[in-house]
Amino acid sequence: MPSITFTQPDGTAQRLEVEQGTTLMRAAVSNGIDGIVGECGGQAMCATCHVYIRPEYADALPELGADEDEMLDCTAAERTERSRLGCQISTGASLPEIIVDIPAGQV
Amino acid sequence: MSVVIIGGGQSALQVADSLRGNGYTEQITIVADEAGLPYQRPPLSKDFLSPQGTPKPLPLRGENFFSQKSIKLLDGVSATDIDRPNRQVALSNGNSLGYTHLVLATGARNRLIECPGSKLDGVHSLRTLDDVQDLHAALPAAKNVVVVGAGFIGLEFAAAARAHDCHVTVLEFAARPMARALSEPMSQWFAQAHRDLGVELRLNEGIERFEAAGGGEVMAAVSSTGQRYPADLVLVGVGVLPNVALAENAGLETSNGIVVDQCLRTSDPSIFALGDCANFPNVHSPGRTRLESVQNATDQARHLAGSILGDESPYADLPWFWSTQGPYRLQIAGLSQAGDDTLVLGDPRTAKFSVLCFRGEALAAVESVNLPADHLAARKLIGAGTRITRAEAEEAGFALKNRARVIAGAV
Repeated sequence: MPSITFTQPDGTAQRLEVEQGTTLMRAAVSNGIDGIVGECGGQAMCATCHVYIRPEYADALPELGADEDEMLDCTAAERTERSRLGCQISTGASLPEIIVDIPAGQV
Repeated sequence: MSVVIIGGGQSALQVADSLRGNGYTEQITIVADEAGLPYQRPPLSKDFLSPQGTPKPLPLRGENFFSQKSIKLLDGVSATDIDRPNRQVALSNGNSLGYTHLVLATGARNRLIECPGSKLDGVHSLRTLDDVQDLHAALPAAKNVVVVGAGFIGLEFAAAARAHDCHVTVLEFAARPMARALSEPMSQWFAQAHRDLGVELRLNEGIERFEAAGGGEVMAAVSSTGQRYPADLVLVGVGVLPNVALAENAGLETSNGIVVDQCLRTSDPSIFALGDCANFPNVHSPGRTRLESVQNATDQARHLAGSILGDESPYADLPWFWSTQGPYRLQIAGLSQAGDDTLVLGDPRTAKFSVLCFRGEALAAVESVNLPADHLAARKLIGAGTRITRAEAEEAGFALKNRARVIAGAV
């Protein structure tokens, strides 16, 4: 099963095993991971599932979409080159595991 | 001390979450009438209905949220009565709950149409997970779909039904789609866009009756102009009504929703209301409003948690909305109104443009299609009360995004 590790700003990490195709946002919200809100239900409309992807996984990610790119300009925490929206990234064959850092705020 | 929250939607869960986030340590109980873990509604009429979609509910909070935050969830239970003098809520399971503060997050229910045949098999509405699971099962076999009402839900569904290759007719008694929410130019653009997607959009035409086939299932819809449309699946999406019965029976003031003040308090200072069911004084439009949106539910919830804890500041967040209809992402910042002066920015033929709505010489709302950057800039600008005139927006090279950067730089 693919795994997702969410690391909180204080360094604590939680590793989840999820079904193939599960988005980071759905995994986080369904498992009560603090710091991922997903207010719009995964429509890339609210930018409250902002995560920082660890660089070693950058190549396995889907390309940044134009909508996602624009929404990332509106995140509560600072946008960096590692910023993505958790609702736009799914685990799967090309991404069997991933580690992401959760920003300090989403709203 | 205890807070009881009636309702299981976005606003209910967010009030509980924000109370804990603000350090409230007393008992919190959520009374939700739908059984199961409360879930997100927006995807129901969008992703869940696409041919690739699966109606797998997305919970609003994970199961462990409730234990971790010591929030008691009573699901499948409804509140039946409020005893205000004794601060008690009676429940459908025979129990009652005492409260210090009561939060009414009772939401809204679908408006039903009363016409011959409206209860036939094959006539659907769309609000709950059960509704969408029925529709998801019915769509692959459906050939002729009739949608009653060209609002957000009706048109989101119409686009989904077209993606299933159904023949889709939309009946709308008003002269243009989404007339209540959108400016004239944006509304007209969407009318054409849906026609280009293959939807037969019939304006100024309401529903008269549905006709049944031999087995009792719907076979046709007959419109107010006497036109007859074959139909094996009908979706009725004619708006919602706020759930005010509980408040009304308890003697609270209601008028198109439960009437609240700027702190979201009802006419009883220990009872609050918010979200789809609340009629509040809106600083972004004249008079009072009741809004049906995720933003309204969650921002009011964060504010209401503060009100319970003694913050007297008025709720003033800028309303924003979104809808996904086929390939078109519509985002709205602010509230447009009839009579607003409108200006189109960008080229509508490219399906990437915005309509700016001016009121009293200043920008009041922006509706954007496939332009999140404009939408986000508009939220920042209007939210900050930046005065932008039509003349400024008409200047060569004007862009909301650049204007928002100026603001950000100035702060």
